[in-house]
Amino acid sequence: MKIAVASGKGGTGKTTVCVNLARVATQPVTLLDCDVEEPNAHLFIACPSDEVEPASIWVPRIDEQRCDACGECSAFCAFNAIAMTASRPKVFEELCHACGGCAKVCPKGAIDEVPRPIGTVTVGRSDQLTLITGRLDIGMTMAPPLIRAVRSRADDDEQLVLIDAPPGTTCPVVTAVSGCDFVVLVTEPTPFGVHDLGLAVEALEACGIPMGVVINRSRRVEPSAATFCKRKGIPVLLELPDDRRIAEAYSRGEVLVEALPEYRAAFELLLLTIRERAANTHVSRALGDGR
Amino acid sequence: MNGADPMIKELVILSGKGGTGKTSITASIAQLGSDTVLADCDVDAADLHLILEPRTRHRETFVSGREASIRPTDCTGCGVCLDNCRFGAIEPYLDEQDEEKFRVNGLLCEGCGVCVHFCRDRAIDFEPRDCGEWFVSDSRNGTLVHARLRPGAENSGKLVAIVRAEARSIARAQHQPLVVIDGPPGIGCPAIASVTGATMALVVTEPTVSGLHDVERLLAMIRHFRIPAALCVNKWDINPILALQIEEKSRTLGAIPVGRVAYDPGVSDAQHALRAATEIDTRAGEDIRAMWDRLRVLLDGNHFEP
Repeated sequence: MKIAVASGKGGTGKTTVCVNLARVATQPVTLLDCDVEEPNAHLFIACPSDEVEPASIWVPRIDEQRCDACGECSAFCAFNAIAMTASRPKVFEELCHACGGCAKVCPKGAIDEVPRPIGTVTVGRSDQLTLITGRLDIGMTMAPPLIRAVRSRADDDEQLVLIDAPPGTTCPVVTAVSGCDFVVLVTEPTPFGVHDLGLAVEALEACGIPMGVVINRSRRVEPSAATFCKRKGIPVLLELPDDRRIAEAYSRGEVLVEALPEYRAAFELLLLTIRERAANTHVSRALGDGR
Repeated sequence: MNGADPMIKELVILSGKGGTGKTSITASIAQLGSDTVLADCDVDAADLHLILEPRTRHRETFVSGREASIRPTDCTGCGVCLDNCRFGAIEPYLDEQDEEKFRVNGLLCEGCGVCVHFCRDRAIDFEPRDCGEWFVSDSRNGTLVHARLRPGAENSGKLVAIVRAEARSIARAQHQPLVVIDGPPGIGCPAIASVTGATMALVVTEPTVSGLHDVERLLAMIRHFRIPAALCVNKWDINPILALQIEEKSRTLGAIPVGRVAYDPGVSDAQHALRAATEIDTRAGEDIRAMWDRLRVLLDGNHFEP
């Protein structure tokens, strides 16, 4: 069962929700930190025995002996990553999307693919929790291939996989949430929060994944997020109050259900609700799958 | 790198971590600074227009890249496209005659064209992709260039570059010396596109373990592109000791602390009233005013080492 935690707006509490769900789970959990530009889950979950591995994409290398400068590779590349200069191709690795097309179209077989490091994947374990963190190298632009590398570390048959998605509404988010059974959207009831929730809902509707909302920093005077959910028919799974103690505990890197145990029951209930809803998707997909 | 005009300065506001108050501070700076053109480069989830109530005077479609789509009538179900696609964008399905065919999941299609090239039946179209829109608008605090990327779309870096270039050309035409850029969260594609070639970056962070972690990565990225950086710790009184640590750490990474802004529910009240924090009487607004005075000195002079 795969559950993603996402949000349109950043800083609404994705990591808080993810980490606390992982902490209240009574069975083995794999937490995938797919916010590879700024991964934070490890700050709240100490995993002493970390294994770090480099993550790479495959970029072309041109064998100059074989290359006859026909220009097919450059003409094919949709990302302008191969330019013909002084009658020979030059590769701009930072523009390469690693589609492999140039190697396939080269009539001389002069292109092979070599790894280009873009970041790291760290695997840590503590008790029944496995934390897998993607970390994009500084100056690298492409998050999606690293997100795919992180996701490939979790098996499809694992009991519970939680995905901490990046903020936003575009390609990195889609890469992080696609194929999940359920998505939890975390928002705050401010105009910015509600506006960006709308964008995130639009993106997820296109993905066809069922969703629910957690409203963080809820103030009774601001029902806008709840009103939006009601209008869209999206369930509100949990409302966390605007409690300065929560902000302070978070600032110190403390896990909410441990720092303020009165919130534990709320997260246990949240996990139960999410699991039920995700199981429904799982079953309906199995029954209605076109294949 | 982006044809920067030396007469026009660009201040980009970034945060690494989301939700630290970038847009609230940008909206305040927009109100405090006269002679500024605004560029909302958080094209994933643009919010500045919510405060500025802009009147759009120009809009343009953002077309970028291409998207594969398989014509069901011509697909023979050979599956070559499935084998060739590295982005998991090809999905099998059964048609009405119970024959296996393939289709493209547009959300996952990278637009590389490999499937198109190798399709034996030439059954795959490859049309330019409509990725969103960008706008030029008038607001009470100056001209705003903003955009909306279609949800699930890509090439946000390219759209950021368009928004920045348009804001610069408007600043040039209107003889306004400063472009203020509201940047995206993170340190990847759109953040890099927002910062390269800018005059200075203002990093807005918060005194949390995540804020500290993220600001280190962000300052490393900004330094990588050799852009001078200033630092603002928002909601500093949530954790004063960590606020101090972040400022010290940032100094070692080359950023100049220019101010602290208090934790103040008034900021969110201002947002509800569709006003910047400096437009109503808030404690945070006073702090932002003091920070802006210092930032202005840095921007006007050459206080940075090359």
